[in-house]
Amino acid sequence: MGRYILGRLVSAVPVLFGITVIVFLIMALIPGDPATAILGAYATPENVAKINRDLGLDAPLVLRYFNWLGNMLTGDFGTSFSLNRPVLDEVLERFGATLILAGSAFVLCAVFGIAAGVVSAANQYGAADKAITFAVLLGISIPSFFLGMMMILGFAVTLRWFPVSGMWPIYGDRDLWALLDHLAMPAVALAVVATGVVARLSRSAMLEVLRQDFIRTARAKGVHERGVIWRHALRAAMVSIIPVLGIQAGFVLSGAVYIEIVFQWPGIGRMLVNAILTRDILLVQGGVVFVAACYVLFNIAVDVAQSLLDPRIRT
Amino acid sequence: MTFLRLLARNRLALAGLVVMAAVVALALVTPLLPLAPPNVTDTGNRFLPPFSEGAPLGTDHLGRDLLSRLLWGTRLSLAVGFAAALIAAVLGAAIGIVAGYYRGRIDNVVMRGVDMLMAFPYILLALAIVAALGPGLMNALIAVAAVNVPFFARNIRGITVGIANKEFVDAARLSGLSDARIILTEVLPNVVPVIVIAMSTTVGWMILETAGLSFLGLGSQPPVADLGSMLGEARSALITNPHTSVVPGLMILVIVMAINLLGDGVRDALDPRLRSGALSRPMAATRVDRGDRVPPPADPEAVLALEGLETQFHVGKRVFRAVGGVDLSVKPGECLGIIGESGSGKSVTALSVMGLVPSPPGVITAGAARFRGEDLVGMPYGRLREKRGRSVAYIFQDPLATLHPLYRVGDQLVEAIRAHRPIGRAEGRARAVELLRAVRIPNPEDRVSNYPHEMSGGMRQRVGIAMALANDPDVIIADEPTTALDVTVQAQILSLLDDLRRSRGLAIVFITHDFGVVGQLCDRVAVMYAGRIVEEGPTRAILETPRHPYTARLIDCVPELGQGRRRLEAIPGLPPAVDRLPEGCAFAERCRNARPDCRAGDIPLEREGTRAVRCLHPETHPEREAAE
Ligand code: SF4
Repeated sequence: MGRYILGRLVSAVPVLFGITVIVFLIMALIPGDPATAILGAYATPENVAKINRDLGLDAPLVLRYFNWLGNMLTGDFGTSFSLNRPVLDEVLERFGATLILAGSAFVLCAVFGIAAGVVSAANQYGAADKAITFAVLLGISIPSFFLGMMMILGFAVTLRWFPVSGMWPIYGDRDLWALLDHLAMPAVALAVVATGVVARLSRSAMLEVLRQDFIRTARAKGVHERGVIWRHALRAAMVSIIPVLGIQAGFVLSGAVYIEIVFQWPGIGRMLVNAILTRDILLVQGGVVFVAACYVLFNIAVDVAQSLLDPRIRT
Repeated sequence: MTFLRLLARNRLALAGLVVMAAVVALALVTPLLPLAPPNVTDTGNRFLPPFSEGAPLGTDHLGRDLLSRLLWGTRLSLAVGFAAALIAAVLGAAIGIVAGYYRGRIDNVVMRGVDMLMAFPYILLALAIVAALGPGLMNALIAVAAVNVPFFARNIRGITVGIANKEFVDAARLSGLSDARIILTEVLPNVVPVIVIAMSTTVGWMILETAGLSFLGLGSQPPVADLGSMLGEARSALITNPHTSVVPGLMILVIVMAINLLGDGVRDALDPRLRSGALSRPMAATRVDRGDRVPPPADPEAVLALEGLETQFHVGKRVFRAVGGVDLSVKPGECLGIIGESGSGKSVTALSVMGLVPSPPGVITAGAARFRGEDLVGMPYGRLREKRGRSVAYIFQDPLATLHPLYRVGDQLVEAIRAHRPIGRAEGRARAVELLRAVRIPNPEDRVSNYPHEMSGGMRQRVGIAMALANDPDVIIADEPTTALDVTVQAQILSLLDDLRRSRGLAIVFITHDFGVVGQLCDRVAVMYAGRIVEEGPTRAILETPRHPYTARLIDCVPELGQGRRRLEAIPGLPPAVDRLPEGCAFAERCRNARPDCRAGDIPLEREGTRAVRCLHPETHPEREAAE
């Protein structure tokens, strides 16, 4: 097991390396120069040259890349000029908020998606199956940002069940209850699409498994149908559901950008959008690399979970 | 053509198509409609509610007509979404075809890059690209297209690799055609349908993604608006004037939903498994639909008795009569063999007993299966489940497929016990070890914690037998338990079953296609053909003097000892399809004794002492009969 994890971690190194190259290349293609963007009205040639020297932008491309990479490895992601603070500090702080949001949405989509898929498959072509199939279709078709806005309108403004936006109350304690109160709507809005996708896939994975011989064996030995579905079929179906959960984690992380904007959640997505609008390149670079790296690591965790579940690949 | 018909039969997909066509048509004619100019502000008329005069959907925060902006915005969103899909498809397909066709180094490098790009959550990549190019609709389009290129590239590469290895491509290569020609004339035509399907399932996403970027303010820039930026601009007035948000939001929902419906329809119409019903889920027990035609009980001595059992498969309008009225019985301690070719209905007969025939499509349409006089057919599920494994247990053919791959064999044994009575952890484990020992598995203490894939075929089948024994059943139905095993292991398993039968007084129903096996184990044998019993009687008598011509041919197929295997295909011809059974004897086509009267009408199973045969002109054995 330890060797397996180690192997997966080692194999992630080139991927992480590739990610930095891609991000760096995209950013290096920027038309116009960041110095002008930073200086705005003060962009005299001398100032531009000075900034370029400060940012190391006068060096050749390859050298610049390795400088940047080397700095990042020592934890120096540079300084955000628009916020005037170290990129890493800002990214870490914001990422914490995103993790809370995306993490809860991910748990929601996994639990409800799989449950809906299983129920749907177990009642194939029945009323529950049809209702779930329709709900799933609606769920995967609705833009999450629109859904979020409608939820604000319905549950926050009209019904007053939840606060309109933000992560913490402006006045009052920052306790778990306050957090959950603020988290509920954005987490649900974010989870809906992924739940639909997971439900769909779980349904077809279950249908595939339910036709297999070992299901007949379970029935033949007298296992109750509940056990057949939830213990035998689901366990086997998880083998194909888990990789999809890994992919959905990426979608949840992506969707978080919209949801953070709609609900004013102080996460990394909102930070990135603002950074793009203010052309704060270092902040964009740092944020993207950091989140992508976390995603790669998460996918390794998914693979490990997969190997725990399936003894056949654990070698 | 069938594709279009299937699509048309799917009403939801059709609805999606109609809605989509309407939206596209509306977008196309928008410039011709007498609409207010979409981008002219009129601050005197800000936030008019819907159904206002001159503004059917109201106006936005700058007093612009919402209907007009909606239609122009839809036009823009559709154009951008389709354009992005097209660009992604063309680029992705080009990359995928080149990588898949040339393989080798190019393939390696390209696919590494694709994997790398797919390691990003898509929005990060899109954001990075927009960050580099600057906000704007064109740049958002490029970003969305770029993000989706890897997806197309990977899919198309997979297809291309498959095609590039086909003979016709080799032939084209040998005939000296250039690679470019081959790609264009041989590969591309085969890839295009896949591209179209991939596009139909992703274009909805592309529209959502571009709308999303616009919503963030990174796509279309004011005053021009697509649906996403309309929604983004309306957000600040969400609470005071929700209609400005609802209008564009609903439009996106409708478009994406229509595309998804259509995409699902296209995918389903192309999926052969859906067409054949191979994706339907078998229910907990076989469906029973026999009206009130329940035969009266017979044979009080039998532990298990089938009476006039009929099981059919209903696929679409076709009816396959897999089992067409079977009567059989076993007494305690007796071994009954059921023999026949594959498709003769012997397995379906066996599975019908405990309601294990997959349904749909299986239906038990007549007859009864009595365990100690109690009818198992049509028994409520709860009671049937209690009998499964405890009264009648099964051993199946291929133990690799029939054991759950992800549970330890010990746990699977314990589960079999626990299905019928509560049992603690330690006791369960002890009992599992005991069962494994009973089927002569060496080192049972270690073997309990093995997974099925860690065992040999013979060992796995012993586990299968142990599982059948777990609850001390009265009857074991063994469905070709030795077919997947090699000869020596086969002999061991047979002698194990025979010992168990003698020591425990088990009744065994043994299903096989091999008369050699029947001879070693069974007291009595029933021969099945096309869903019916054609001959039945004591094994010795039938082996020595088979009456039915089919039985005789089957016996001829048994390999002499040491001559290796001979298979049943040695009988010329095939059994008839059970949805088109001929009039009269089903074996007539292949029978050497056939005469015209054989095809005239139904032939009854004639009983004579301990034997029964369904034949008008049975084989005769003058020399042997004289000897008796
Ligand atoms: S009934 Fe006629 S055709 Fe059928 S097996 Fe007997 S002899 Fe052959």
